[in-house]
Amino acid sequence: MTRRSTLAVAVAGLLAAGAVGPAFAQKSGGTFKVQHRDNPSSLSIHEEATVSVNMPMMGVFNNLVIFDQQKPLMAPESIVPDLAESWSWDDKKTKLTFKLRQGVKWHDGKPFTAADVKCTFDLLLGKSKDRLRKNPRAIWYHNVEDVTVNGDFEASFVLKRSQPALLSMLASGYSPIYPCHVNAATMRTKPIGTGPFKFVEFKGNESITIVKNPDYFKKGKPYVDRIEFKIISSRSTRTLSFVAKEFDMTFSGDVTIPLLKDVKSQAPDALCDVNAAYVSRNLIVNEKAPPFDNPQVRRAMALAIDRDAFITILTEGQGQKGGAMLPGPEGQWGMPTELMEKMTGYGPDVAKNQAEARKIMSDLGYSADKTLKVKVSTRDIAIYRDPAVILIDQLKKIFIEGELEVVDTSQWHAKVARRDYAVGMNLTGVGADDPDVNFVENYSCKSERNYTQYCNPEVDKLIEQQSSEADLQKRKELVWKIEHMINEDVARPIIYHDRSATCRQPYVKNFVHHQNGIYSNWRFEDVWLDK
Amino acid sequence: MAAYLIRRFLLMILTLFGMSILIFVMLRLVPGNISDILFDAAGMVNPADKARLEAELGLDQPIIVQYWSWIKGLLTGDLGYAYVSEKPAIDEILPRIPVTAKLAGLALFFSVVIGVPLGVISAVKQDSALDYVLRVVSLSGLSLPSFWLGLLILMGFVHYFGWIPIYTDKPSSFWHEVGLLSIPALAVGFRASALIMRLTRSSMLEVLRQDYIRTARAKGASNASVNYNHALRNAVLPVITIIGIEAAFLIGGLIVTETVFNIPGVARFLVEAIRWRDYPIVQNLVMFIAVVTVVVNFLVDMAYVVLDPRIKYED
Repeated sequence: MTRRSTLAVAVAGLLAAGAVGPAFAQKSGGTFKVQHRDNPSSLSIHEEATVSVNMPMMGVFNNLVIFDQQKPLMAPESIVPDLAESWSWDDKKTKLTFKLRQGVKWHDGKPFTAADVKCTFDLLLGKSKDRLRKNPRAIWYHNVEDVTVNGDFEASFVLKRSQPALLSMLASGYSPIYPCHVNAATMRTKPIGTGPFKFVEFKGNESITIVKNPDYFKKGKPYVDRIEFKIISSRSTRTLSFVAKEFDMTFSGDVTIPLLKDVKSQAPDALCDVNAAYVSRNLIVNEKAPPFDNPQVRRAMALAIDRDAFITILTEGQGQKGGAMLPGPEGQWGMPTELMEKMTGYGPDVAKNQAEARKIMSDLGYSADKTLKVKVSTRDIAIYRDPAVILIDQLKKIFIEGELEVVDTSQWHAKVARRDYAVGMNLTGVGADDPDVNFVENYSCKSERNYTQYCNPEVDKLIEQQSSEADLQKRKELVWKIEHMINEDVARPIIYHDRSATCRQPYVKNFVHHQNGIYSNWRFEDVWLDK
Repeated sequence: MAAYLIRRFLLMILTLFGMSILIFVMLRLVPGNISDILFDAAGMVNPADKARLEAELGLDQPIIVQYWSWIKGLLTGDLGYAYVSEKPAIDEILPRIPVTAKLAGLALFFSVVIGVPLGVISAVKQDSALDYVLRVVSLSGLSLPSFWLGLLILMGFVHYFGWIPIYTDKPSSFWHEVGLLSIPALAVGFRASALIMRLTRSSMLEVLRQDYIRTARAKGASNASVNYNHALRNAVLPVITIIGIEAAFLIGGLIVTETVFNIPGVARFLVEAIRWRDYPIVQNLVMFIAVVTVVVNFLVDMAYVVLDPRIKYED
């Protein structure tokens, strides 16, 4: 059985387990102790783009809809009601209406109404008086014309064109509903939600504490009384303290594949889920900087990448080869292998690809004696530096002599946006497994998160087209066409998608980690401790 | 003496003023500011929103205006607001100081309690097997980085006791806290104790060769009396100096030790604040460290007078 088919079986098994659901009586009470890796810059999910905020804060909020927390895959069919009781599309599929739950209260006792839904999206659309300091996902809602309310318990999203994927974006951990009566600044430091847990305290560099909301509208939930996220910045200390059973759960994806062996040998009863984090390592090339303005040079670079070498060295074979969209079996939009292998640089014969690359470079006048010297820039973080070093080694094979340039992390995105680089190694995390998120954020001309400023109007047109397409198979075909185009443009060639593990002690029950992302499974309302 | 004290005090003020300029300017010479980092963390580029945030935080003001605003606040006890937590900087800094002070105090205590007696023994038993062992111990103390030693200690505790001495909860009692802090204090104090041990040894060896020591022995004074009352008292001055310097340098060792043992002190907090370019936290904390260093140096100078009657500071 190949690794891919093994994974497929594992995912199918998990799906089946998720469908069956827990078969034991839950115990209430206890403090759930979870590790946290760093100090988030704020607690406002809408202002941040990191799991460091979603993991501790998702339990404080509710969305209109949510990806089922007991199912391992984020997919349209696993979307369930949350603050909305039901939803419906109009005939033209340009208006999505939610019927909202009644009797829901914010943690400060004020009632939740449709006005809060409108306020939240007015804030995200830049229509409200109050403003977010940062609005990294404004682009997600570029197709939302307006949010209207009909009474206190009905809210509608009026769209510029049809967009079936809007529901998936609303189900992401990145889409909580905020209260109208609390301003954006307060939401950064003392967030108030409707969720199963109330925010108690954020001690910088120390801990984030949330406690059970006794008035939660889902009766009987949550089960644990308190969740303490302890910030431990040293990964070694985190690993040792988990092994010593000081914690019930590690931080999301904190256990790398090489570390997993250590953890399993020292804590054999720990339950560790190896997941696709949906964070890709990718090559960025400044198409304005000569000689990289020559498409042939960029093509040669794309051909030089030996993805299997990266995956073997850095993830012990667990990483995934794919395009921009997360490959299967976890990814819902990954290309079939036979299609993928037709893309430049993805052919299975790496030696042949590299020979073709060398030929291109020779034709351009480069050789072993006359190499192309270039700085390979990357962020000064190990997960960036390590693949950059391998990239430099691989580029040598096509007469490109790279020199590693590590960039202070505060300067990275700004430097890339200024186009103050020639070649770079980059990481891209994706908030939800949908092309409307990934392509729109990272490859569309108008996105603020498209910091490489790749812009191809034809690709933009196709992105809009796939977004409106209701037929799943037709949409997939459009997605794969886009994948092909951005790869041939060498927009941001994906080197591999990473996998890592999140571990928990065996007495932590009813927690299901999403297999295709890390941002949307932290509600914790079903978790209980069998102690 | 009074005039000397006034002179020293004025010199301290001048030093701190110079430090404040250095801290302020150097911090701003580091590439990037909080706005860059916040937007970088969000993986987005929006120059207009960035400029709005800089204006909100006063970072668009001329540097002189920013400096004056800081100094004015410092003199009136207003340390400003932390950029990241958006809380008053004083509320962020104050609770962390006692933790680091206890850790530093304990580390210094261990370094003196271990370093001085072992240094004396090493000198008195010069070239014996015990001297060689102690010299190896002191050399290893100087060579082992405290973060590595800290990790070894953590691993040892997890493997042999199934427990990890990290500061994950508020200590339940004074002794619990002493227990939690002792292990990291030992890790960080080990290096300082090695330095003190070596310095005490060499200083003692020099003093033990002096005529007055021979005279004391000739008069029939006991070994203990010669070594501790006569020799150590005269050998201790350079050791006091190094203890003063180490107290200031300790903060460097504490940064990694607080990180490895997850102690919520100011040293780790300072590093995080530098990472975020959280100016109000960094400049106030570094200023606080500067004040502590200046005061410790002053106290060391005063200690000379007490320990060596020959030293007098003239008016």
